[in-house]
Amino acid sequence: MARITMREAISQALWEEMERDPAVFIMGEEVGVWGGSYAVTKGFYDHFGGDRVRDTPIAEAGIVGAAIGAALVGQRPVAELMTINFAFVAMDHIVNEAAKLHYMFAGQFKLPLVIRTVGGGGRQLGATHSQTPDAIFAHFPGLKVVAPSTPEDAKGLLKSAIRSDDPILFIEHATMYQVRGDVADGENLIPIGKSRIQRPGKDVTIITYSKGVEISMKAADELAKEGVEAEIVDLRTLRPLDMEPVFESFKKTNRAVVVEEGWKSFGVGSEIASRIYEECFDYVDAPIKRVAQDEVPLPYNRTLEQVALPQAEDVVTAVKEVL
Amino acid sequence: MNKKEHLELYHQMVLIRRTEERGAELYQQGKIGGFMHLYIGQEAVSTGLIAARQPNDRVITAYRDHGVAINCGIPVNEVVAELLGKATGVSHGKGGSMHMADPQKNFWGGHAIVGAHLPIATGMALGDKYGNRNNVTICMFGDGATNIGFFHEALNMSKVWKLPVLWVCENNKYGMGTAVDRASAVSSIAMKARGYDMPNECVEGMDVMKVYEAAQKAIEAVRSGKGPFLLEIQTYRYRGHSMGDPERYRRQEEVRKWEEQDPIGIYRQYLAGNKIASGKPLDEIDEQVMDEVQKAVEFAEASPEPTMEDLYADVYAD
Ligand SMILES: Cc1ncc(C[n+]2csc(CCOP(=O)(O)OP(=O)(O)O)c2C)c(N)n1
Ligand SMILES: [Mg+2]
Repeated sequence: MARITMREAISQALWEEMERDPAVFIMGEEVGVWGGSYAVTKGFYDHFGGDRVRDTPIAEAGIVGAAIGAALVGQRPVAELMTINFAFVAMDHIVNEAAKLHYMFAGQFKLPLVIRTVGGGGRQLGATHSQTPDAIFAHFPGLKVVAPSTPEDAKGLLKSAIRSDDPILFIEHATMYQVRGDVADGENLIPIGKSRIQRPGKDVTIITYSKGVEISMKAADELAKEGVEAEIVDLRTLRPLDMEPVFESFKKTNRAVVVEEGWKSFGVGSEIASRIYEECFDYVDAPIKRVAQDEVPLPYNRTLEQVALPQAEDVVTAVKEVL
Repeated sequence: MNKKEHLELYHQMVLIRRTEERGAELYQQGKIGGFMHLYIGQEAVSTGLIAARQPNDRVITAYRDHGVAINCGIPVNEVVAELLGKATGVSHGKGGSMHMADPQKNFWGGHAIVGAHLPIATGMALGDKYGNRNNVTICMFGDGATNIGFFHEALNMSKVWKLPVLWVCENNKYGMGTAVDRASAVSSIAMKARGYDMPNECVEGMDVMKVYEAAQKAIEAVRSGKGPFLLEIQTYRYRGHSMGDPERYRRQEEVRKWEEQDPIGIYRQYLAGNKIASGKPLDEIDEQVMDEVQKAVEFAEASPEPTMEDLYADVYAD
């Protein structure tokens, strides 16, 4: 067991998979000589060389397209998009190619492809560089979307993603690289598509993922001081979405708050709430609340940005409303 | 160019340099957040280029935009206030370092997605041509931006439709940490224009007068209806790509070599050599700039933060 950061966990997963399987290689902007713009691949270039840690031109459509091609012919590329905001440049290849090829050609093509990227706001990067559009990507059947909240999950899920034969968008949160957590030694593959109870409780279910887990944990600490025991479910994977732990928890608490960093409209909260209403209507004791980002592009100004982003206090308030 | 105009160019270059240096300090003090890309070393490019435009010519650039904003006539107060995220900033504190714009000054931003503003420039020129306005759109971008599809789509369209765009590549030798020849199949950016049968020129960008002269010719060629033109300008950034760049990709000797060709020093020599100005009048401008920048910082620090109404304002026009 070691206590490591999210950055170290992701880095270890990549390193170990590259050591294990020569078909695995990394390509993306500044992954090599620079060492990754979030320092995740620091030291990789010197160890694995430029062919396996390939610096690319600034060309997101090209990066994802080329990664798809390499995957089709049997390699296992990990394509890095510097941030998820730039994934829009590669949208066609993610949506019309990666998410479709296996199905459309009746399973003849395999795409062992991971697209690693970084999402989230809170760093004063302004409207174009601060988005959390995870729900958009989770919309497409054929693509899997993973967004871990702990180092252990990040490592185990990324290793599983690299070994998977499906295209997977792996979203890291820009403000969570320094988050520390215990990671067991050795291979600890975590299956993709499994939600997990992150904190047990009996009074209310908080359903969240990624950064939302961090703020919900803070909120749960606050609530605990007032005698409210919140149960937190970490989705970990948005597609395929594992609702079993959510339903189980909800049937016990009968109240739920969904927390996400992205915008509320057409978001993760909408999806989760609908599924609870569909499957657990008889257990509903209060309208399900959604905590999410204000419906504005994120501003640069620090105060305004923090107001627009969901905070632990917002979760506390929402929980009190459903109790 | 008369003496007054020459001194104004000198003033603008020094103003950009000092504003950027103060910006770096304010960033270290935590008063500026986000990504901040300094223009130090590249001052002669936008200064010479924008000096050659008519007021009706439009300018659009990437995120390395403080200098361009100043050259376009945005008061330094508003630039610094934007860096500090204040309501008096040119984008009311909502845009930050990478997103400054003022259409009144014909400065159309400040765009942070690499290459995304190139098709927009094509469209501005299309709109002007469609509206029978004799404006030139000047679109600035980095060497790295010439490797993204946007660049090729935008250049091709502008040529097919003979649009009045001046494409200006600031070749500062790196896109982040990637040297031009590690990312581009040809290290001459001007050569890329040839694929679109577009007239082009490569000029030395540490000398503001060389940039100015090349820009004047290119702008007039574009205005005359001959269609787009690509200008590659050789330059160098002295600081990191953005604040906090570990700079593992280049040697300090290389930086020092380029520092010997400091655009401000080169221009001082030019002004002295051509008996336009030397010594005292230039030193006075240096002092005046210190004062201007100091006042801009004071203005910005004393300015109010944007309000909660500002947070929700301007999501839509209607
Ligand atoms: C589509 C997109 N991909 C990646 C980035 C991240 N990024 C910002 S600046 C930059 C390098 C751009 O280099 P260049 O065009 O040469 O301009 P310079 O910074 O040298 O002025 C990169 C990769 C981005 N902003 N947008
Ligand atoms: Mg460059």
